[in-house]
Amino acid sequence: MEYSFDLNTVWFILIGILLAGYAILDGFDLGVGALHLLTKNDEERRIMLNSIGPVWDGNEVWLVTGGGALFAAFPNVYATIFSGFYTAMMLLLAVLIFRAVSIEFRSKREGKRWRQNWDISFSISSIFIALLAGVALGNVIQGIPLDPDMEFYGNFWTLLNPYAIMVGITTVALFMMHGAIYVVMKTEGKMHEKIRGWVNNTIIFFVICYVSVTMATLIYQPHMTEHFKDFPPAFFIAILNMLAIANIPREIYKGRDFRAFLSSCASILALMSLFAIGIFPNIVLSNPYPQYSLNIYNAASSVKTLAIMLIIALIGIPFVLTYTVSIYWVFRGKVKLDSSSY
Amino acid sequence: MEVEMLSRIQFGFTIAFHYIFPPLSIGLGVILVIMEGMYLKTKKKIYHEMTRFWVKIFALTFAMGVATGIVMEFEFGTNWSSYSRFVGDVFGSALAAEGIFAFFLESGFLAILVFGWNKVSPRMHFFSTIMVSLGSMFSAVWIVVANSWQQTPAGFQLVGEGLSKRAEITSFWDMVFNPSSMERLMHVLGGAWLAGSFLVISVSAYYLLKKKHIMFAQSSLKIGLIVAVCASLYQLFTGHQSGAGISKNQPAKLAAFEAHYESNLPADMYILGWVNEEKKEVSIGLKVPIKGFLSFLVYWDANKPLTGLNSFAPEDQPPVNPVFQSYHFMVAIGMVLILISLLGIVFWRRGTLFTKSWMLKLMVISVLGPQIANQLGWFSAEVGRQPWIVYGFMRTSEGISKVVSADQTVFSLILFFLIYALLFILFIFLLDRKIKHGPEETEDEASIYEQQRHTVDKFPISKKST
Repeated sequence: MEYSFDLNTVWFILIGILLAGYAILDGFDLGVGALHLLTKNDEERRIMLNSIGPVWDGNEVWLVTGGGALFAAFPNVYATIFSGFYTAMMLLLAVLIFRAVSIEFRSKREGKRWRQNWDISFSISSIFIALLAGVALGNVIQGIPLDPDMEFYGNFWTLLNPYAIMVGITTVALFMMHGAIYVVMKTEGKMHEKIRGWVNNTIIFFVICYVSVTMATLIYQPHMTEHFKDFPPAFFIAILNMLAIANIPREIYKGRDFRAFLSSCASILALMSLFAIGIFPNIVLSNPYPQYSLNIYNAASSVKTLAIMLIIALIGIPFVLTYTVSIYWVFRGKVKLDSSSY
Repeated sequence: MEVEMLSRIQFGFTIAFHYIFPPLSIGLGVILVIMEGMYLKTKKKIYHEMTRFWVKIFALTFAMGVATGIVMEFEFGTNWSSYSRFVGDVFGSALAAEGIFAFFLESGFLAILVFGWNKVSPRMHFFSTIMVSLGSMFSAVWIVVANSWQQTPAGFQLVGEGLSKRAEITSFWDMVFNPSSMERLMHVLGGAWLAGSFLVISVSAYYLLKKKHIMFAQSSLKIGLIVAVCASLYQLFTGHQSGAGISKNQPAKLAAFEAHYESNLPADMYILGWVNEEKKEVSIGLKVPIKGFLSFLVYWDANKPLTGLNSFAPEDQPPVNPVFQSYHFMVAIGMVLILISLLGIVFWRRGTLFTKSWMLKLMVISVLGPQIANQLGWFSAEVGRQPWIVYGFMRTSEGISKVVSADQTVFSLILFFLIYALLFILFIFLLDRKIKHGPEETEDEASIYEQQRHTVDKFPISKKST
């Protein structure tokens, strides 16, 4: 089957970019959350929180906007996934709420127990969000049972299969690595040295997960490799990914933390690209009946809506990039606690 | 209970809880712009202190709004997936536009507003405050546009048959400027300004009663009162516009507001009453003593008949008494708020406001007024739209998710109930602590900024970090 480059493809890519942006940006702050309990005293924990303090909310907007864009461009995907994964979505909402309020509430009182409770809530919810996002991704790769009316006919437990859980754990590992590098970049002194030591462990954990998932994908999800057979240059992305990961310890060793962080970002981008190339032109695979898959045509809005949305996106993107870059610029450098900190 | 009812209760509960916070953010946002603007203009320390204090309250309400807002975006898909399939082509673009035009703006500049006092110049900080305030209002624009499209759908055509039938956009601008969107937006924004200004009034009055932070409280109260008096009078106007619009676009809803059944008679207006839906009459009620007053307000002609509920088949009518009650209480509260703010101005001009203890006490509890009125207003607007989810085109019962069971909805409803009960207690507790703690003496922000400017590492990322 031949595909022409059309608006549906453009929107597949744009939503991919939004979700990759979410993974890169919220990825590090979820990672910081996952590592949060490993720091011991209140000052270290405050530094952890304040390293993401001004930016985590904006990072989450990538998810919210990604959801809105999915609703607008591929309403059937939005409707099928959100209603089909009902219980999982409700749990995801619960942890998203707890994470947001943990960050906000923690600093409001001095009490040790108060802070300890919000620390636990913040860390566990961060891990869960990463895990659930990965499990969702794993299920999309593997395919979920869909009927001819595009409705999901499995249940909550259908989603908790070994492959999806492996992808979920890999996502947690990836974000932990990404978050550890971010904290190294944002800290100084003793804490900086300590977290530097963690980076290697997180890389090892991630690489073990990544290699396992890759093997599982090659063996059990061979459909993900088809486009790479048809179009071998795409394999370079896989090589670039490995190079990016290999570059992280090198940069950390040389003390170039920002470059290590960029490598980690590049790795996430590469992983998202591999995933997107693998499933294209489907968005949600149907398994066992592949003919009921939701793809960029049967799940899409009208061409007119896609065109209107593209104009909205083209107007909005320069603004979004300007805000994002400016905020990260204003809050560049090492974390310093002051009266307005968490 | 059936899934439809459970999903309606869940959406109603989660949106009602969410809607405590966005109006506060929008209203406080405007007040922050005024306060910080006053500071930059007069350089008086008191305005800086006020801005710092209210920014902290703002940050708390904003965080609650974010945490509970993401639920709303999910619920269209989780509980109303048939609706989402039907309207995604039209409704989805408004939500996506909200993300890209409002949320990024708000969340980006919020970082500077809350954490950036020592990082940017005072002018840049003021600019950020304006941007956050604008962002919160842009968010209202798109969400009210989306909701108004449900009330008065426009700019689309129906395509397909049966399960694949859906609304497809024909004109984006007709969708955005659908017949009710602008008048409803004006009314929603007014309600938000009231919520923010009465919070400021209430807290200031509390300090005055306790004889604490007197200067701070007096200045805050004045700003709050000015916004409140403008917003409450403005609501009288936008409320009227909205009512006149509803008479054209959703006659069944207006008829339910006033329990007007007979289409060939002019309509009276009630101040209070109880509707007997069986007998199709207002069993006890207090009317505005002018005959045909509702007809007069809508047509400027007290003798002109107004479409009544009898013109609609029973299955197309909204529940009348709940809509009647919520609408009338909203109006009544609106009138009381006008009275309180006008009285406040009168006492202020006479110089007795800050010592009139009964007035201050009234002001302390007045914070509940806009909150309750906002909730009642939305209740009457949404229940008044029933039985339609898209007025005239899709019934609420057709919009539910087919694959979601009653058990799942009961589970999620209990989950939300528990989480929100906890959040509400914590929110009130923290707000109370913040208010009791009061404003802090602050250093002059410009001087801190100048000090830091010279010590901040200009290009930290290119340096070795060891």
